[in-house]
Amino acid sequence: MSISRRKFLGWMGGASLVAAGARKAHAAANRSFEGYAGSLAVLHDITRCIGCRRCEAGCNAVNELPQPEKPFDDLTVLEKRRRTSAPAYTVVNRFAPAGDGQPPVFVKKQCNHCLEPACASACFVKAFTKTPQGAVIYNPNVCVGCRYCMIACPFEIPAYEYDKALDPRVTKCTLCHPRILEGKLPGCVEACPTEALVFGPRDELIRMARDRMRAHPGRYLDHIYGEHEMGGTSWLYLSGQPFETLGMREDLGTAPAGQLTSGALGAVPMVVGLWPVLLTGIWAITQRKEKIAAHEQAQAVAAARAETEAQAEVRLKTALEKAAKENAAAVAREVKKALETAKTAPQGESDTEKKS
Amino acid sequence: MDNIHTLQEFMLHTKNIIYILILLALAAFPLFWRFLNGRDKE
Amino acid sequence: MTSPQTTTGPGRLLTPFNLVAGIIVVFGMIITILRFTGGLASVTNLSDDNPWGLWIGFDLLVGVALAAGGYVTSAAVYIFGLKRFHAAVRPAILTGFLGYALVVLALHYDVGRPWRLPYPFVVSAGTTSLLFEVAACVALYLTVLFIEFSPAALEWLGLKRARHLVTRLTLVLTILGVVLSTLHQSSLGALFLIVPAKLHPLWYTPYLPIYFFITSTIAGLSMVICESALSHRYFHGKMDAAHLSGNRDLTLGFGKAASWVLLGYFVIKVIGIAADNQWHYLGTGFGAWYLVELLGFVALPAFMYAVGVREKNITIIRWTAAWTVLGIVVNRFNVCLVAFNWHLPAEQRYFPHWMEIGISVFIVTLGILVFRFIVTRMPILHAHPDYDAH
Repeated sequence: MSISRRKFLGWMGGASLVAAGARKAHAAANRSFEGYAGSLAVLHDITRCIGCRRCEAGCNAVNELPQPEKPFDDLTVLEKRRRTSAPAYTVVNRFAPAGDGQPPVFVKKQCNHCLEPACASACFVKAFTKTPQGAVIYNPNVCVGCRYCMIACPFEIPAYEYDKALDPRVTKCTLCHPRILEGKLPGCVEACPTEALVFGPRDELIRMARDRMRAHPGRYLDHIYGEHEMGGTSWLYLSGQPFETLGMREDLGTAPAGQLTSGALGAVPMVVGLWPVLLTGIWAITQRKEKIAAHEQAQAVAAARAETEAQAEVRLKTALEKAAKENAAAVAREVKKALETAKTAPQGESDTEKKS
Repeated sequence: MDNIHTLQEFMLHTKNIIYILILLALAAFPLFWRFLNGRDKE
Repeated sequence: MTSPQTTTGPGRLLTPFNLVAGIIVVFGMIITILRFTGGLASVTNLSDDNPWGLWIGFDLLVGVALAAGGYVTSAAVYIFGLKRFHAAVRPAILTGFLGYALVVLALHYDVGRPWRLPYPFVVSAGTTSLLFEVAACVALYLTVLFIEFSPAALEWLGLKRARHLVTRLTLVLTILGVVLSTLHQSSLGALFLIVPAKLHPLWYTPYLPIYFFITSTIAGLSMVICESALSHRYFHGKMDAAHLSGNRDLTLGFGKAASWVLLGYFVIKVIGIAADNQWHYLGTGFGAWYLVELLGFVALPAFMYAVGVREKNITIIRWTAAWTVLGIVVNRFNVCLVAFNWHLPAEQRYFPHWMEIGISVFIVTLGILVFRFIVTRMPILHAHPDYDAH
């Protein structure tokens, strides 16, 4: 269900934009990113965990975290399901498997150090980095404290120092990155008494997990949690119980976080490139329409005026013609009258008539 | 491209360039529009 | 016939409105001090499971959506050439500018180290984040809105040359405003594309950014109708003939546009369910709530707007606009708070602390006070006598 959804990345309505968005995702999908060769990881064999909380104590010590209210050998803490928090980068939870008489199952929870971290993808100041050694580390010196990383993390790991007024940090497991650089084991792995935690190159740990599955038929489910989840993680889990019953989500899919956002990010430059073209075009068309409308109006006014003028001219002309005709008629009438009087009148009068 | 190992690094690299191109595009549009209409005397 | 609350003559400071606003401001100041001395834990119910609460859900998501009137109105007038709505531009730009300014103010309460808010641009650019896109656009758009608003202030101050220079930029600013709004309005929805495992499937869809963008235009249109109705009522004395006579035309025109866009939004919402085959969720409790949103706050206002426009009934349109604005609030709350973390048991879910609500009310009150200060002084609801209204 969710895979097909993620494959579908063309989110803009316009056909060209869909094509552009899809091509971007394709470009990213076409290039396969294998991650850093030989990067380190931890294999957590849940079937070996006895819930002693020594890993929690080890983590607390090496990271110099504040002492919890109840000491680490107090196992009553396990009665309540816990999550990671500002003072605890890792917690162990107890789960009761279905069926009577089954022994409880213990699962350690901490940052899974994704190969393609959602927190890093979501962070707008690059506070998170996937190191070549495998750890996802956090830089408090640039963090603004927007907490989008906590929203984005599918494993619900990052915590926040809500009680700090001016310098709160996001906190999470560092895979003991400074210790790794020194060639030491992560604090939790070192503290584990049952080898439920194994530290080593990720490729080798996956091989080791498969070997264990083969060596102990029936002990494990055929699923290495973290091999593909959200693009793969640097913590890998083996279990005899369905992961879903152990508070680990199996519906996360295999698409890394970056692929979920690449469609929307790919549309950003398309909007910048095409919106000004479209909007200026619409503006120019409305301008042109207005100009034509104004022009047509002016023309209509001129035409109307010309027509009125022409009509007036015609009227004037006919009036003049009429007047001229009337004039001529009057003249003729007068001439006729004069001639008639001239016939009856003496010669002298006729001379006067001629002069006029 | 040898130093790009993850999708995250790839996207960071490409988006960095794209955001610079976006700024250039925003500056280019009005300038080119003026050039395009420079001879229209009305 | 200016209503008594707003005649702020020097002798009329102790009005009921001022009294209530004063009390809210005092409470806001106290909570502000608590926030910046005791941290988020002292004033909010935020937790490691619920890192975003009311200040993101309401102050950011709703605030930005409801401030969309600025780009919607200026685009309608300056790009699409609907000059008869010109009188609506200045009030819309002013509310947009104030809205964004208050969003940025609210973010200072929410983020851990607010003085680092410029870091994405000057120290460490995390360009793979949708939040980077939102931050860049909000910062740029706030600047654009400030410049777009400035002619009113410059006219008030009598700076004619500066005002002339700014008005020459109108078209460029309008287009830039639409581009930036398209980007960050949609990117606010795209923020949630990274959490398919946490957001309820009915609300999680690859179409989220489009939904957020389209609803922002609906919010913008509806807010302009609401604002014009309220201004008409409370700042009647400040409005000139163009604003008074254009009000009815504006309400009808924007109401028609809102109805039409709501229909389109309804169509793509239904298609969104089909695209991911989420029909079966409609039979659940969340599904019922989804249907309330879809039918009650999308289909119903689309229809009621249409009725109001057909009947030329301004009252129906105004009430529908208010209902639509409420629908936008419901939608943003659903995505950010209600349907987010839906998989968690009830005791791990979030409900805002009263002091979170207090800060949100405080910030809205500040907005109203500043809006009143400006419209009673600057040429917003009336044209300045020295300048023609284009």
